[in-house]
Amino acid sequence: MKYKSQKVAYWFFALSMLLFGLQIVYGFIMGFAHAGFDNLHSIIPFNTARAVHTNLLVVWLLSGFMGAAYYIIPEEAQRELVSVKLAYVQLISLAVVGVTAIVGYHFNYWEGRKFLEIPRPLDYLVVVNVLLFLGLILATLFKGKRRTTTALVLSMGLLFAALLYLPGMLPFDSQVKDSFFRWWVVHLWVEGVWELIMGGILSFLLIKLTGVDREVIEKWLYVIVGLTFLSGVLGTGHHYYYIGVNKIWLIVGGIFSALEPLAFLAMALFAVNMYRKGEKRHPNKLALYWTLGAAIVSFIGAGLLGFAHTLPQTNLYTHGTLVTAMHGHLAFWGAYAMIVLAIISYSLPNMTGRKLYESTRGRMAFWMSNIGMIGMTVAFGVAGVVQVYLERKLKMEFMEVQKQTEIHFVVLIICATLFLTGIILYMTDFYKHGKPNDEALEVQPI
Amino acid sequence: MLSKKQARAFFLGGTVVTFLIFIGLTIYSFSKAQDQSNNENITEAVVRGKHLWEDNNCMGCHTILGEGAYYAPELTKVIDRRGEGYIKAVLTTPVDWAPNGRKMVAYGFSAEEASDLIAFFDWIDDIDLNGFDTVVSPLAKDN
Repeated sequence: MKYKSQKVAYWFFALSMLLFGLQIVYGFIMGFAHAGFDNLHSIIPFNTARAVHTNLLVVWLLSGFMGAAYYIIPEEAQRELVSVKLAYVQLISLAVVGVTAIVGYHFNYWEGRKFLEIPRPLDYLVVVNVLLFLGLILATLFKGKRRTTTALVLSMGLLFAALLYLPGMLPFDSQVKDSFFRWWVVHLWVEGVWELIMGGILSFLLIKLTGVDREVIEKWLYVIVGLTFLSGVLGTGHHYYYIGVNKIWLIVGGIFSALEPLAFLAMALFAVNMYRKGEKRHPNKLALYWTLGAAIVSFIGAGLLGFAHTLPQTNLYTHGTLVTAMHGHLAFWGAYAMIVLAIISYSLPNMTGRKLYESTRGRMAFWMSNIGMIGMTVAFGVAGVVQVYLERKLKMEFMEVQKQTEIHFVVLIICATLFLTGIILYMTDFYKHGKPNDEALEVQPI
Repeated sequence: MLSKKQARAFFLGGTVVTFLIFIGLTIYSFSKAQDQSNNENITEAVVRGKHLWEDNNCMGCHTILGEGAYYAPELTKVIDRRGEGYIKAVLTTPVDWAPNGRKMVAYGFSAEEASDLIAFFDWIDDIDLNGFDTVVSPLAKDN
């Protein structure tokens, strides 16, 4: 840690960890309900658990991205954050808005639009919160001594993420239009601007961990985010095949979303090559695990598994089935959860001064959570294929098919337990690092 | 070999061009001649039904137009499959509806609210879904 104000990041990461844990709890509630044990139905019905599960994901990832920005931007811009006090105000307001929304979901206070369930009045608070965050980051960046590509790409991702939140707030009477513009937010976030954020964090980590020249890493960063937008923007069309808009989207969405894996492949190759090329061997092996892991697993989860059902001919059958959940889980885990865990693993020893680089616990956390998540993905995949075949080919009734898939959710729960064990180990490591302190300032990151 | 400047031009150029095409296609697909979203048949009842659909987060279990949570049945073409009477009974019942053991929250809607939701489903059923309706709803197809 080079600047005192970077310590703010720690508290964003701590909030991330807390909400991540809670997200997994609600995931279990849904897994059990799918396996036939919906004992909590009267208190937490499935739609509540679902909204909480996905929204907690968004909030903890955003909190992680924000923490990453508060850590990275001062170091890239070579100055302290413009205001630490306001950063804490922003953290607390983020937590308050997030928790209010989550509690509200238990009392039917929501908007009922997939992924964007936050009720309208709270939406405005989210906007204010994000504006405050962006103000702090951009002011620091522009007052800084230097403006690096890494910092620009990261800030651009965060800025566009904020702007793209707005189409989701437009009111429509038509379900088709509602859905159409909801994807402007959801798709262009996760398959567009969030990848800028991921790319920015990845590039920062690779510079620090491999010692490869910044110019080389940042050049490839441009190529990767270029590929992301080139395929991802028109790739939005893969959500428009069967929701009541023109057939042109079958062609446009089909072609461009089929290209989306290229961006992820480039990202994976880039990370692995930079690691090979790098002469520096940074002692923080765990951060390296998570960094390379994020690049590789995102290619499998987002790239390959996304491709598996993105062509219109396949999607005609898989649209609206558990196949989507299969892709969604590994994609979010690989691309976004793992990159947040990577930046936490890298920055935590620097902020606290406790260099727990080589812990067995840390490595177990990495392997158990990854193997657990891959197992869950397979379970979802099998359940999804069973559902597609029985329901849409053999024309069986929905609930009869669901009975057939219960066993796959038992497998899912077992794998999820392994995953959870890994995450608990990760959190233990987080806790064992202790709090950030100014003494760590003396220790220059290698 | 590619320079950093060229890489940046590729990124900025590609982004601007694809985004412009994207906006163009959006305008095209909602233009009057191309619109297939059954827009002209949206009545006040349909809008009220949509609000009920959202206020109760029906999408948190069901899917509609293939979008939702995969825990409860797809509701596109549900009227063809089940008939209005069945749907009304599910929506107005004061006890949890639990076909095959999986429970639905008992919303206990009024008769008016139920008919608004049915109007909403009815409107959905006439959207041209590029063939998805025939897959998602085999029984409706058989009819």
